[in-house]
Amino acid sequence: MHIPDGYFSPQTCAVLYAACIPFWITAAQKLKKKLNTKMVPLLSLFSAFSFVVMMFNIPVPGGTTAHAIGSVLMAVLLGPWAAVMGVSAALLIQALFFGDGGILSFGANAFNMAVVMPFTGYYVWRMLNKAGNPSPVRQALYAAIAGYVGINAAALLAGIELGIQPLLFHSPDGTPLYCPYGLSHAIPAMMFAHLTVGGLAEGFVTGGVLLFLKRLMPEIMVDLKAEAAA
Amino acid sequence: MKAVSRIWTGLIGLALVSPLGLLASGDAWGEWGREFFQKALGFIPEGLGRLSDVWNAPLPDYTLPGIGEVPGYIISAIVGIGLVAAFTWLMGKALSGNSTSSKN
Repeated sequence: MHIPDGYFSPQTCAVLYAACIPFWITAAQKLKKKLNTKMVPLLSLFSAFSFVVMMFNIPVPGGTTAHAIGSVLMAVLLGPWAAVMGVSAALLIQALFFGDGGILSFGANAFNMAVVMPFTGYYVWRMLNKAGNPSPVRQALYAAIAGYVGINAAALLAGIELGIQPLLFHSPDGTPLYCPYGLSHAIPAMMFAHLTVGGLAEGFVTGGVLLFLKRLMPEIMVDLKAEAAA
Repeated sequence: MKAVSRIWTGLIGLALVSPLGLLASGDAWGEWGREFFQKALGFIPEGLGRLSDVWNAPLPDYTLPGIGEVPGYIISAIVGIGLVAAFTWLMGKALSGNSTSSKN
């Protein structure tokens, strides 16, 4: 879902950068209030996890690949605003140093994976947890569902952004200038990859890591709970 | 926070096995290089061709020049973990700098 430069028109890139800015500003303000807590080291840790988990490409039938992102995990553990900062940081390093996702399209990629994805996942997680105090296994299951829904929301958005390109940006004779595949091609392709492999990977990572931390590192859960609540 | 340092160690472990991610052949949908379109469509969309190399990353696709794919991927993972950690740490520093200056 790391869209390279050239797939989006400059106008699309500008709009999606602009869409990110209020989220980045708010996230920075929220982070600023937590500088005396353990938030920054925990944010570093899970941002680095997000970076490395995205390197585990998994084959999707049909010859493409997908991977987990770790965005909903961060939202569940540290809150959605921390996830905005953390995943944006991982995506920025990927774009600048590794050419994974474009520079012009960084705003779009951040909007999909570092804004829409963590907030969607976070609200699904909150909704599922509404009733009482679920057991750790049930919480892990809820986190997995939140991860699955979150990554698919991001994939749908990426599919729409790609699919509108040939509609909006073409030469007078109709030749596409940027992504040449329309909505009827881009949305099914993005959704197929993420309703199957990508979603399951995200669910597994989100639920699995949460359960792992709860079972084997209860001490870090105490810190995480304090940060997410504050 | 002993648990935190154990997780950092775990991340290096993940970096060491990251080449598993190379087993999946092909690109993700919508992440092809521009040559893909020459083959698939017979032409490269004009804007796509123009903007696709606007930035040249030093370690493109997690590879290092002159180093094999697998060790290059592992080194990229470790470098990336370090860069993300450094960047988030600097972000924290920058924000704390802001708060002192705004108080004065």
